[in-house]
Amino acid sequence: MTLDKIWVFCEAGDDGVATITLEMLAKAREVAGTVEVFCGGDGAACAAELGDHGVTAVYATGDLDGRMKGVSVASAVAAAISGGSVAAPDAILLGTTYDGRDVAARLSVKLDVSVLSNVVDLRLDGDRLVGVEPVFGGTLNVTSRFTSSGPDIWLVRPKSFEPAAVGGSPAEVVDLPVPDLGSTGGAVVRDRFTEESEGPKLDEAAIVVSGGRGLGAAEAYSLIEGLAKQLGAAPGASRAIVDAGWVPYSYQVGQTGKVVKPTVYIACGISGATQHLVGMKGSKNIIAINKDSEAPIFAVADLGIVGDVHKVLPKLTEALEGR
Amino acid sequence: MKVVVCVKQIPDPADPGALDPETKTLRRNVKLILDESDSYGVEMALQLVDAAGEGSVHLVSMVPNDEVSGLRTALAMGADSATLISDEALAGSDALGTSRVLAAAIERTEPDLVLAATESSDGYTGVVPAQVAELLGLPSVTFAKEIAVEGSTATVRRQTEAGADLVECPLPAVVSVTAGVVEPRYPSFRGIMQAKNKPVDQLRIADLGIAAEQVGWAGAGQEITDVAEAPERAAGEVVVDEGDAHERIVAFLDELKVI
Repeated sequence: MTLDKIWVFCEAGDDGVATITLEMLAKAREVAGTVEVFCGGDGAACAAELGDHGVTAVYATGDLDGRMKGVSVASAVAAAISGGSVAAPDAILLGTTYDGRDVAARLSVKLDVSVLSNVVDLRLDGDRLVGVEPVFGGTLNVTSRFTSSGPDIWLVRPKSFEPAAVGGSPAEVVDLPVPDLGSTGGAVVRDRFTEESEGPKLDEAAIVVSGGRGLGAAEAYSLIEGLAKQLGAAPGASRAIVDAGWVPYSYQVGQTGKVVKPTVYIACGISGATQHLVGMKGSKNIIAINKDSEAPIFAVADLGIVGDVHKVLPKLTEALEGR
Repeated sequence: MKVVVCVKQIPDPADPGALDPETKTLRRNVKLILDESDSYGVEMALQLVDAAGEGSVHLVSMVPNDEVSGLRTALAMGADSATLISDEALAGSDALGTSRVLAAAIERTEPDLVLAATESSDGYTGVVPAQVAELLGLPSVTFAKEIAVEGSTATVRRQTEAGADLVECPLPAVVSVTAGVVEPRYPSFRGIMQAKNKPVDQLRIADLGIAAEQVGWAGAGQEITDVAEAPERAAGEVVVDEGDAHERIVAFLDELKVI
């Protein structure tokens, strides 16, 4: 038993379709006969890559001319469904991303259906999907399903599924017109800024080195950057030091922030609050350095060092130099 | 300028308690505190009113019991007044039910700007601010890093995957504030004393024209079918640093062939 049709919210950048989209497509193919996507932007640019991942149609709004993606895409999808120009899918999957959340939220009101957030797994139970959401720092898994009439709206955490190309002809591009947004459409993007970052991206790096409150002061974050550079790793952070303003939000690993699953995760001066564990527990190997031998981070660490990051990190970085 | 801030009172994340075995949701019949994520919205609102030279900050919150301690914390920071929708029927509400209640309460206050956290620390669905905007028929900008208000326009620096977008938005509007972008002030002793006498308007859902079956368990369009322990990671090796622990880390990285 599979679903007839799933729609996936497609996000794309200069380097093609976003990884989170490809991850959701892999799962969608498993549970539905037909997989289509919708996007706020140009569909033709992604049609070949999407087809390669099993997508048969891409519903695209075309250039949004600075209008916000959330309200524009949600309005277009709701209009297409309620206007009867396309058959409603059984389920809609969106990534837990900046725009994905906006689209899901607006769409849920327009279609008068609920949203289930933060799912890391989806499977069929009879003729409907159930989703799994980790709570309490990933110590418990909660399985939920919709009781309202569909389409079901799921917000999926990145890194939940493995992308897989299956080979397929380019997806058909279908126009998805954005209706008049009225009073909801007033916000307009006037300028876009790209944050230059050196080294690998946090959610793609093979090694992540993260710092927390145990660093003691913002200046000590240079210890993290030094080690990360030496290892070709991405630097990350706990919520505590992001909230304290030591590093930008984009560094944050955790429930709020990025989910990472690198080959090696090195947690430095991070106690391991549930908020943080949710974002890194899936790492293949975890090394933790913390002064407090009782810190919860040690419960998930493959190698735990009870020690002072200010002493261990400089020696570690030095030892790795020239290797 | 009238700024409304949505705030949530949650079980202390340091001691969140447990899931109720019957309802399989977080027990909320414990002491609730102000969600730290909301302190940034409160601080941002206070700063915007300061910058405008006039205006007020009003809080809107909902709970299934009569809890007000979290609201008092935000009032002690400097917010002027609050609306608390307190009703047993709200227990078990999903995000959409929550947004319906908040939107109905916000509508009565006729705000120029509505602020919220990007997500709560406990439920973290991350959809309530944009749902509230849609219900109110307002534009929204989520994940704000900076907000400036000039006349009837807000200019918002919004966090994006690539960096940031500069967004211009007519008021009224809903803006969600990213945690950590401002430094929430600590309530002063004077603030704490004043907060005790600030007006907290307590409403039931019926006061908002909302029926019990539209919210709570009854109105939720979703249900929990199972709660299971996640597989635990096997406990690893622990080394107490005697000045040479870095060598053990290098050896570990060597074994993994990542260096």
